[in-house]
Amino acid sequence: MIEKTGVPTPQDLWKVFPPKERLEKGPVAIIECFQRIPCDPCYTACKKEAIQEFEDINDLPQIDFEICNGCGLCISRCPGLCIFIVDQTYSETGVLIKLPFEFLPLPEKGEEVDALNRKGEVVGKTKVVKVQNGRYEDKTPVISILVPKELSMEVRNIRLRKNND
Amino acid sequence: MHIKEHPILAFKRGRRVEFFFDGKKMWGYEGEPIAAALHANGVRVLRRSIKLNRPRGFYCAIGNCSSCLMKVNGEPNVRVCVERLEEGMVVGTQMAKGDLSRAKANPISSSGGGSGIRKTDIAVIGGGPAGLSAAISANQMGAKVTLLDRNSRIGGQLIKQTHMFFGSEKQYAFIRGIDIADILADKLDKEMTDVMLNATVLGYYREDGVLGVEENNRFTKIKPERIIVATGASEKVLAFPNNDLPGIYGAGAAQTLMNEHGVVPGNNVLMVGAGNIGLIVSYQLMQAGINVKAIIEAASKIGGYWVHASKVRRLGVPIYTSYTVKKADGRESLERVTIWQLDKNWQPLKGTEIDLNVDVMCIAVGLSPLAELLWQAGCQMKYIPELGGHTPLRGEDMQTTVKGIYVAGDVAGVEEASSAMVEGSLAGLCAAKSLGYDNGRFKELREEAINELMNLRSGPVSEGMRKGLEQLI
Ligand SMILES: Cc1cc2nc3c(=O)[nH]c(=O)nc-3n(C[C@H](O)[C@H](O)[C@H](O)COP(=O)(O)OP(=O)(O)OC[C@H]3O[C@@H](n4cnc5c(N)ncnc54)[C@H](O)[C@@H]3O)c2cc1C
Ligand code: SF4
Ligand code: SF4
Ligand code: FES
Repeated sequence: MIEKTGVPTPQDLWKVFPPKERLEKGPVAIIECFQRIPCDPCYTACKKEAIQEFEDINDLPQIDFEICNGCGLCISRCPGLCIFIVDQTYSETGVLIKLPFEFLPLPEKGEEVDALNRKGEVVGKTKVVKVQNGRYEDKTPVISILVPKELSMEVRNIRLRKNND
Repeated sequence: MHIKEHPILAFKRGRRVEFFFDGKKMWGYEGEPIAAALHANGVRVLRRSIKLNRPRGFYCAIGNCSSCLMKVNGEPNVRVCVERLEEGMVVGTQMAKGDLSRAKANPISSSGGGSGIRKTDIAVIGGGPAGLSAAISANQMGAKVTLLDRNSRIGGQLIKQTHMFFGSEKQYAFIRGIDIADILADKLDKEMTDVMLNATVLGYYREDGVLGVEENNRFTKIKPERIIVATGASEKVLAFPNNDLPGIYGAGAAQTLMNEHGVVPGNNVLMVGAGNIGLIVSYQLMQAGINVKAIIEAASKIGGYWVHASKVRRLGVPIYTSYTVKKADGRESLERVTIWQLDKNWQPLKGTEIDLNVDVMCIAVGLSPLAELLWQAGCQMKYIPELGGHTPLRGEDMQTTVKGIYVAGDVAGVEEASSAMVEGSLAGLCAAKSLGYDNGRFKELREEAINELMNLRSGPVSEGMRKGLEQLI
């Protein structure tokens, strides 16, 4: 279906989600990359070697969730912008998601923004916890947001409120 | 409208100057193409067609298609997509063929009166990733190069690509296209390569092996020992009623307008084609603050990479597969597009029509090799749909069937910047070697390039490419 819609199905997603026990332990990368394409910067970006070396540049990324510490260095190195960090241990009230966001204006820390799913539909609102936009991100800023647990595997984008008026 | 703020790009603009369009005073930036300045002022109709008096706007934005001919300072038939704005210019809508009687007699002068033929080891035509890599490799072997590009900036398609590229580290993966252009340009050996910009190669004279070049309105001749053609590709068009309305642009043209010249092509866009170009340009339109209403694709599947498709879906842009354009409507320029669904046999289904109110439609239905020079040179060509159309036959060393003429990049089969760079290196190495140049590493570098190409093309997304290439080599 993703080949028709551009939206991964739950079956696609199951294959790349970390096990529940791992999610409960702390931040971890979720790599939503489902097609064999000639691409491997996620492998070179990960200093922990959590992403296996590619034998063939067309391989799908293979991540070892036990090695990955959720540092997020791979997010802004992925040309597919398909790597997200989920931290279910962040706080009592919500789950932290880190996502790439290449649009202006950038949100500010503390700002309330719309939370969007993989189809770009608004599924709730969320608060911006952090905006990383330094030399390393190189114009692919990484935004940290706080969402309720039940939305943590659904929210993958944000939209600023002021854009909507 | 000029783009004020962009998440990736910073626009270097000239000073603000005044000019006149059909008697009206307008503002633009000195040095930007006249068409960009007009667009920023909301003017999209540039001329009237010869027979039916239909409105015409621009289409290709790179001086290829003649859709944008206007009267500038009294001279008709000026391609305003490439002609630069100057203070006080008088620009007018051109009716039909224009009146030549008041124009300057012969704007193109010949330099050196015909006797001044420039000589060089290797002429590289086109300064995209393929041409740049060819020049770098030929220099490395010890050959002198003249690198020609008709654009005012070097880099080819790369200078419009604001997204991070795929590939591996060697082919600059995760670096943005615009930055790759700078990296390659820096690597050129300035002593060994003579770069000629605003220089269009008009023709190749087979009898004496001479290239005719128009450089800033001057005609020059170059006689190289070897030629590497790296002219890239041009955008295909799509047939439907009213497909000539201003506001219907090649996706690459819209990209040139917004990413090179910093002008938004319109407010609401329909993208036709869900290959990588359609998907990426849609994303870039959204980055420039323009609304993309939908992406349609005639095939039943998305042709581009799924990660690109997911990116635009997350922004809320729908993708309709098995849909095509029924017709476009609008009085002076595009106002509405009707799309309809196709069945399994690619037949349109009545009753499935959807009207979309858009002022811009971008056509991204593929590229075909820009191979005129190869035809002129008598290179044997073969029609290979997987590679974009007529493509030159060539050996493993990238030499065509005409001795001394090499090819690299999209002109040798529409593919990717990553493979264009490797093909360019290969052509540069082999052309230099055939002239006796070798720094001692020829064999090793040639082998490396051939292996890299095989590696890049080994995946499932390159299947059509592999099939196509088998017929060429
Ligand atoms: C929207 C878009 C996104 C893309 N994304 C990617 C990507 O993510 N990764 C990737 O690997 N590839 C990507 N590509 C493809 C890549 O840009 C091309 O495959 C690559 O640029 C081809 O290189 P080239 O050197 O053959 O041609 P070009 O880059 O097209 O360069 C050809 C040059 O030749 C010049 N020229 C043509 N005719 C003449 C003449 N007669 N005289 C003088 N000069 C002439 C032109 O001005 C031009 O500068 C993308 C392309 C597009 C349009
Ligand atoms: S989050 Fe950090 S550790 Fe995990 S895969 Fe990415 S770069 Fe490696
Ligand atoms: S860098 Fe991103 S798109 Fe490329 S293989 Fe890794 S996850 Fe997939
Ligand atoms: S020649 Fe100007 S738009 Fe094509």
